[in-house]
Amino acid sequence: MIAPVAARRRRTDQVMRAVLLGGTLVALVPLVFVVYYLFKQGIGAISWDFFTTDPTGRFLGPPGGVKSAIVGTIMIVGLAALIAIPLGIGVALYLVEYGKQNVFSNVVRYFVDVMTGVPSIVFGLFIYIVLVLTGIGGNFAGWKGSIALALLMLPVVTRSAEVVLGLVPNSLREAALALGAPRWKVVFRIVLPTALPGLITGSMLAVARGAGETAPLLFTAFAVNATTWNLGEQMNSLPIQIFNDVRQPQANIVERAWGSALTLVAMILILTLIARLIQRRSRFA
Amino acid sequence: MSTEPTERAAQAPAEAVPAVTPRTAGAKAPAEIVSPGRTVTLDGLKAFYGSSEAVRGISLTYAANEVTAMIGPSGCGKSTVVRCINRMHEEIPGAHAEGSVLLDDADVYAADVDVVAVRRQIGMVFQKPNPFPTMSIFDNVAAGLRLSGRRGDVKDRVEQSLRGAGLWEEVKDRLSQPGIGLSGGQQQRLCIARTIAVEPEVIIMDEPASALDPISTLKIEELVEQLKTRYTIIIVTHNMQQAARVADKTAFMLSGELVEFAETEKIFTNPDDSRTEDYVTGKFG
Repeated sequence: MIAPVAARRRRTDQVMRAVLLGGTLVALVPLVFVVYYLFKQGIGAISWDFFTTDPTGRFLGPPGGVKSAIVGTIMIVGLAALIAIPLGIGVALYLVEYGKQNVFSNVVRYFVDVMTGVPSIVFGLFIYIVLVLTGIGGNFAGWKGSIALALLMLPVVTRSAEVVLGLVPNSLREAALALGAPRWKVVFRIVLPTALPGLITGSMLAVARGAGETAPLLFTAFAVNATTWNLGEQMNSLPIQIFNDVRQPQANIVERAWGSALTLVAMILILTLIARLIQRRSRFA
Repeated sequence: MSTEPTERAAQAPAEAVPAVTPRTAGAKAPAEIVSPGRTVTLDGLKAFYGSSEAVRGISLTYAANEVTAMIGPSGCGKSTVVRCINRMHEEIPGAHAEGSVLLDDADVYAADVDVVAVRRQIGMVFQKPNPFPTMSIFDNVAAGLRLSGRRGDVKDRVEQSLRGAGLWEEVKDRLSQPGIGLSGGQQQRLCIARTIAVEPEVIIMDEPASALDPISTLKIEELVEQLKTRYTIIIVTHNMQQAARVADKTAFMLSGELVEFAETEKIFTNPDDSRTEDYVTGKFG
């Protein structure tokens, strides 16, 4: 006969399971509360007008919606993503495909790590000094905010892309090389498509991070009430809108801040869902 | 010594073919040459990983339209030798080769030689089937053509190659399905189809059947028999029965040196060197 599980071991197993479950629940508490409060406080502000009108800027009467902030966030983060994602993946490609172990790539890797830890306000200040104070292309402008965000997103994209590209099996590179493919084709036709789902996930993470940043935009894109589609002008954005509104004494303006926060979270959620759908469709099996 | 004897023992029962039957002993008519392959000559070939010398000066000639097997215990350098022939060896960081490899009269290591061109002429099939995971069956075969820059209609060539690899009948109705959905043996034949689609003159097979079941192995071996009417074939194998079944000539290597190179029948029945005899009779692995 095979011996049954000892009572002691069974007890230990149960205790440990309970501890791990408890830990998971504790970790979930803040997450649930954030989402709960976001809905509770923000849903009241949401209406058709909320998305279709600009902030009025008046202290009394209806405060208006956040159309300018939504447009601004899309424009600024969109341009930042256009800069940071190709550049970040390019850096990662260099590190993985060409400079595996040389001194230069180790230095690059180190600086990418350092950049990941730089507080976001530093990027804002940097762009403020380099691009705003110098008056290149006017003073405050949406595209300057984009560059500040791109700097912030760059190390996130690079780091995640490097990991994902490193996971592409070497046997695939060898197979392609042995077929007589030049290295650049191996990279573009084999390595990148194979790593695509991971690259998309990493890029979305960076976009989500960038979209929620306030500090880099404060000194670069500034804030205006009117909607503009021109990245050369000052631009509103959702984080700045929240930052400004939540400090106001009027209840309806504070409510607009909650509504903006809910909108921002929803936008990022939708973007992530779209990315998931694209990557599911692009992958076999 | 190593795990080799057990490996061989594990393979033995699965193989219905009696222990050692040199194919020249059978009544098989010599295959008709459809297109002349090329002669490959190694002259004093040495290969290094960093500073350690894995191949210590090998000279031998692989005849056109013949199958030459490379046998020897694990780590004897047989794979390294064949990887030097299409210059895949140098893809490993820190690895380099010395001496010369002649394709007919042209040295593939000459200074002005394009590595990519070498690999188009000398195709390679790897130990583990490695179809491109993002591609369909059709695209996998077409990949060789597209990666090596050929444009235009590849449909006929894909069909020809799949027929050449004995896979057409099994996959003709599902060419658009992913290549990694096939069984291991089918995947390996897909990889062979991919290799012959590029129309090389020499095909290197690095233990092409060691990851496959006996029936798939047999199919690959039959395929090798047909392929030699068009190509020069070099096959690395752990499995001596396989060498005996498919190879016209066999080279036995030990510790980076070529011990003996002769007709397969001679190697397995009446070798000159006592070490060859000890190895083929299973005295050491």
